[in-house]
Amino acid sequence: MRLTRLALTALLFLGTARGDEWSKKFPTIKGDVPGPCSFEATSKKSYKGRTLSIVTHAVPVMGEPTALHAKQFEELTGAKVKVVHVPFGDLFQKIMIPFQTGQNAYDVMFFGSLWIGDFFPYLEPPPQSYVDMPQMQDVTRNYKGVATWEGKMVQFPVDGDRHYLKYRADVIDNPKLQAEYKKKTGRQLRVPQTWEEYDEIARHFNGWDWDGDGEKNYGSAEVVARDNLMFSAFISRVAPYAKHPAVKGGFFFDLETMKPLVNTPGWVKGLEDFVKAQDTMPPGGNNFGLGEEIFSFGGGQTVFSYSWDDAFVQAMEPTSRIRNLVGAAPLPGASKVWNRKTGKWDAFKEPNRAPYITWGWTSAVTKDSKNKDMAFDYLCFFANPANHASDLLVGRFGINPYRKAPDFDPAFYVKEAGWAAQVAKTYTATLGAMDESHNRVFDLRVPGVNQYMTSMAAGVSKALAKQLTPQQAMDEVAKEWTEITQRLGPDRIRKAYANVVALEDN
Amino acid sequence: MLRSRHLFLLPGLLALLAIILFPLLFTIRVSFSSWDVVLHAMDFIGGSNYARMMRDTRFWESLVRLVAMSAISVALEYVLGFALALLVWRDLRFKRFFRVLFLVPMMTTPVIMTVIWRTILHESLGPANHLLGLLGVAPVPWLSQAGAAAASVILVEVWQWTSFMFLLLLAGLLSLPREPFQAAAVDGAGPVRTFFSVVFPMMAPITIGALIIRLIEASKMMDSVYVLTQGGPGTATETSSYYIYIRGLRDFQIGYASSLSLTYLVIMIVSLTIVAKVLGRALLGRS
Repeated sequence: MRLTRLALTALLFLGTARGDEWSKKFPTIKGDVPGPCSFEATSKKSYKGRTLSIVTHAVPVMGEPTALHAKQFEELTGAKVKVVHVPFGDLFQKIMIPFQTGQNAYDVMFFGSLWIGDFFPYLEPPPQSYVDMPQMQDVTRNYKGVATWEGKMVQFPVDGDRHYLKYRADVIDNPKLQAEYKKKTGRQLRVPQTWEEYDEIARHFNGWDWDGDGEKNYGSAEVVARDNLMFSAFISRVAPYAKHPAVKGGFFFDLETMKPLVNTPGWVKGLEDFVKAQDTMPPGGNNFGLGEEIFSFGGGQTVFSYSWDDAFVQAMEPTSRIRNLVGAAPLPGASKVWNRKTGKWDAFKEPNRAPYITWGWTSAVTKDSKNKDMAFDYLCFFANPANHASDLLVGRFGINPYRKAPDFDPAFYVKEAGWAAQVAKTYTATLGAMDESHNRVFDLRVPGVNQYMTSMAAGVSKALAKQLTPQQAMDEVAKEWTEITQRLGPDRIRKAYANVVALEDN
Repeated sequence: MLRSRHLFLLPGLLALLAIILFPLLFTIRVSFSSWDVVLHAMDFIGGSNYARMMRDTRFWESLVRLVAMSAISVALEYVLGFALALLVWRDLRFKRFFRVLFLVPMMTTPVIMTVIWRTILHESLGPANHLLGLLGVAPVPWLSQAGAAAASVILVEVWQWTSFMFLLLLAGLLSLPREPFQAAAVDGAGPVRTFFSVVFPMMAPITIGALIIRLIEASKMMDSVYVLTQGGPGTATETSSYYIYIRGLRDFQIGYASSLSLTYLVIMIVSLTIVAKVLGRALLGRS
């Protein structure tokens, strides 16, 4: 074991040293790292006279690294690479329409990993030689799971996403503010362990200038705009109340009956909290999409936020006034969890946690591609260790930790990004711990997932706007989910959902 | 001879068929299919999509909302556009400059301008509330409260499209004959009397045209909703086009979205025909 480690370190060192010639030619990397898809190995392939078509997201998130690595791939192999950038709202249909109409429009696609159930019939699984590569073996358990469907890896991992809590460490760890909080509430100011504690602290720090910059600060920045990924924020709030570690067989549906669980008390409690949380958001916060959430927390406006890495990365930008003043922690838990088997709330001494592995960019090669060899080589090159280490450090690229090294090593962020050691520690520890959990929640991922999610977002939004009570809203969603399942075929949805349950129940 | 004349028409007819008729006929066919994210066969399911639509309260509510929002927008655009056209119709310093200035909003890209408006109306960081704050006015929940959000969408629509109304009405004013004005002046009519007895009646045909063109455009209200509110809060600003977009392109319910689109098209054709007739009777009858 020790010998292997030594050999790997030597290889990495040797690779970096040898990579200097490559980093001169391609300054985005620090140096090449030897491997089957390294700069050197890729340069030995020739795809002259051939064209690779790629569809990806708009610049910069995922679109920019796609284009960057496409250009590098062209230079190395002589291939011509066409990259089509599509805004997020159009990405699904831009991919799905050619699939359904039998057009062979793209060889490679970058898309949301939760669409796996929709795209699965049209994807070419990576050949075993790619699956066995060290860079692929380095992908963590969560993201191998995300890339797999019906026991087969069909997506090529390029990103790892999840929701976690982001907080202002200069507030939570501030002894003066801790004393004030204790005096006022009788409780200890700490990183919130439950959503109720989150709400209490957010309320305390809402509406006054606690950072002394002359502007009011607020409690919580969240993604609340209806069709702007709000469904993920909502599920984060619901997960600890509704994902019982001892109750297997489904979080969104009861797998046996395919009855939606979204109107059960755990879900309704999560929505009640979400509705209440609007009081602690900045003005207009209940219309924040992901962009506003990033800039609100990342700009120092709120004490808390929870979603993907973006707001954290924004806060840690070199020019940020709150650089190194933030921390990461697991999503708050719940001290009671709905047990759908007994029909009762179960009290938990230690808060129940349910890490939510949501979304994440992924990539795949189309089954009908006539350039599968080149397509897999491109993806492998895209995610090679040299490119990956460099992409991880560019916040706007949207590429977040999903591989063991260097992603979860705090020293990497301290050395390469200049983060404070404590910040890097909370970040890597929080993200790394999610892989260890046995009570994880994943996206629904079944065919027609967008129909289920837009229906849920509409219901939740009605409750947030007080057009309906939380229970009425979720009853409406459950009714619509039953109709969607009937329309799409209960057996098809059950078979697909079994893949999600298999990921969650271990 | 007759045959060769018909042959000359053929390219035009074919282009018409390809561009207008084919997509329409295809949409009609798709609306009777279950084309969805998982079922992409062009099967025939009779009127199931239409039956589902009848029960879809969200669609009907979005239609009612659209009617209200577009009627208010177009009415405001008409009043403002007419006022601006009257302003630069008269002798005014820098008349040419103002004419160009008033046309600028129409020449900008709607989506980009709506993004700018969203920034202006941002409740904690936008300049609108900041300026109100300087005047001692409490912040307005522009986009996060149902009524204010609908008003914000209307505001953006009015800002963008008043120019169009201005352009049509100014062209109308410039084409009016001089004699009726001279006669009104001889009769001692003041500006208000001249407006209501001479200008307004003579502008009736232009008014009807401008209102109908804008109503057709406003009935497709989508960009501003998409960028500003995404139909929220709740469903407070969800219009039919936005709802059809959600069902069709987000949910990928192509068959169902086609049935919604066709129904919406028929409703619009019928209602706008009625509106045109009513306006014609009301305005042209008077003139």
